[in-house]
Amino acid sequence: MAAPDCAIRIEEQIEQWRSYLRRRQAIHSVDVEELEDHLREQVSALVGAGLSDDEAFLVSVKRMGDLDTLSREFAREHSERLWKQLVVIPGAAGQPGARARGEAVVAFCLAAIAALAVKAPELFGLRLDEDAGFYARNLSLFVLPVLTGYFVWKRGPDPATRRWMAAAFVVAAVFANVYSFSPGFSPGGYTEILTAMHLPIALWLVVGIAYAGGRWRDGGGRMDFIRFSGELFIYYVLIALGGAVLTGFMVAMFEAIGIDTEPFFTRWMLPCGALGAVVIGSWLVEAKQSVIENMAPVLTRLFTPLFAIVLLAFLATMTWIGRGIDFHRDMIIAFDLLLAVVLGLLLYSISARDPRAAPDAFDVLQVVLVISALLVDTVALWAIATRISEFGFSPNRVAALGENVILLVNLAWSAVLYVRFLRGRGSFAGLERWQTAYLPVYAVWAAIVVIVFPPLFGYI
Amino acid sequence: MVINKDLVAASSTPLVLAILANEDSYGYAILKRVRELSAGHMEWTDGMLYPVLHRLERLGYIEASWEVSESGRRRKYYRITARGRTQLAEERRQWQAVDATLRGIWSALSLPLPASALMPLVPRGA
Repeated sequence: MAAPDCAIRIEEQIEQWRSYLRRRQAIHSVDVEELEDHLREQVSALVGAGLSDDEAFLVSVKRMGDLDTLSREFAREHSERLWKQLVVIPGAAGQPGARARGEAVVAFCLAAIAALAVKAPELFGLRLDEDAGFYARNLSLFVLPVLTGYFVWKRGPDPATRRWMAAAFVVAAVFANVYSFSPGFSPGGYTEILTAMHLPIALWLVVGIAYAGGRWRDGGGRMDFIRFSGELFIYYVLIALGGAVLTGFMVAMFEAIGIDTEPFFTRWMLPCGALGAVVIGSWLVEAKQSVIENMAPVLTRLFTPLFAIVLLAFLATMTWIGRGIDFHRDMIIAFDLLLAVVLGLLLYSISARDPRAAPDAFDVLQVVLVISALLVDTVALWAIATRISEFGFSPNRVAALGENVILLVNLAWSAVLYVRFLRGRGSFAGLERWQTAYLPVYAVWAAIVVIVFPPLFGYI
Repeated sequence: MVINKDLVAASSTPLVLAILANEDSYGYAILKRVRELSAGHMEWTDGMLYPVLHRLERLGYIEASWEVSESGRRRKYYRITARGRTQLAEERRQWQAVDATLRGIWSALSLPLPASALMPLVPRGA
């Protein structure tokens, strides 16, 4: 009785019904399959009783019940499904499952490579406790090439890009180590510490290019990389906390039977774990991307008002008691960190915001936060400018001052763009573009600190 | 006469377990069987059977397996477990106790039965 076009139409209708079901979080695809089997049985029974295909379908769907009620019932039975679960390695066999498993294997292998890489120099007699400087300078070189390799494997950029990335790591390795052979080099000196701190920042850009995989020129790719970096940071902190708990138990338990695990911890567990966790964290962020809500924007929402209140209170108090900042030497670094935090809050609220949405109260708050941070920093800069001759130009101070200027410029122009957006004279996308375009500036400054500072300041 | 929702919900466990104690079955067939047995008085919204089945599965009273039906589609069949049979016996005792209590009350009231219950039972639905 079913003409071919009729059969096609009913298939289409069933397909549509199935897609409605699939959108319900509490109803999994196996349940959809089970319900579909029921629907088809019902339809064919009704058709057998003399109804037309369309009628049979309508009656069957009606009997199945209202989808909202149904999904509520499913949610009651399967309450765990309302919590989005990150299934990194799905149990059921199948194409996506097999790929996820393959990726897990690759990620763990790469983590092992990064963990072993940090132990490799020991084969050449460089010990972690005796040659701390070597390890500090090269720390990022043990793991970031591996992480870059992971993204190269995932995204497959063109050969020219790969060559550039390889060249960047070689250049980084050269500049991280070549100065230590120069006659004036002082181990543990300012420039060595600066190199250790700035090389990861410079190389993070290379990771970003690999992460974006051909979308680096486009703002969207860079914004994704910003999101990735924030999530990775949060995951890394969580993994580190877990690792600390594990270590605590390990040390205490082995101590109870009279074995000192501290050498094992400092020589193996800490360095290998810390580097391996970077790769594992990155893989987790990649795997859960669409499964779990991003944490960084949630924290941003929570802390933007609190930071704004603290900064405003500080400014108000300072004006009230009429006292400038009592500046001592290294306070510039504290203000750098403050600006970096404010920039982070701005960046992660931008990354989660729908650029087409109209301005709301949170945007105003964001502007208040940025402007108050700028005011506080201006006061601090004024304080340091009046006493710079007294302090002198040490490499630390110049680096910190440079960073301060970079962050200040970013935040100042962000404030301008944000105010324009609030007054309806500019688009939010403009602010996004400014932030994504600014990313290379941080890396370039970090590279300058690594490459130019040691000879400039005589390797002190 | 349509039996009210609470009663339907309360009787769903013994009904499903009893049907599965008879033979292994799947959702649509279980529902069909319920309709036949209740002569159409037990109106279940079709979809609601499945959360019930999943709950019984979670409690370990029944177990499920995917098999290929005669129509060639994958179909989820349910089978009663030993725990399910114990539970069924327990439910049966409880329902018999409820039934006996109600019978006692009905006879004490000695009210005439409502007319509709005396009417010949006509199956409804397909």
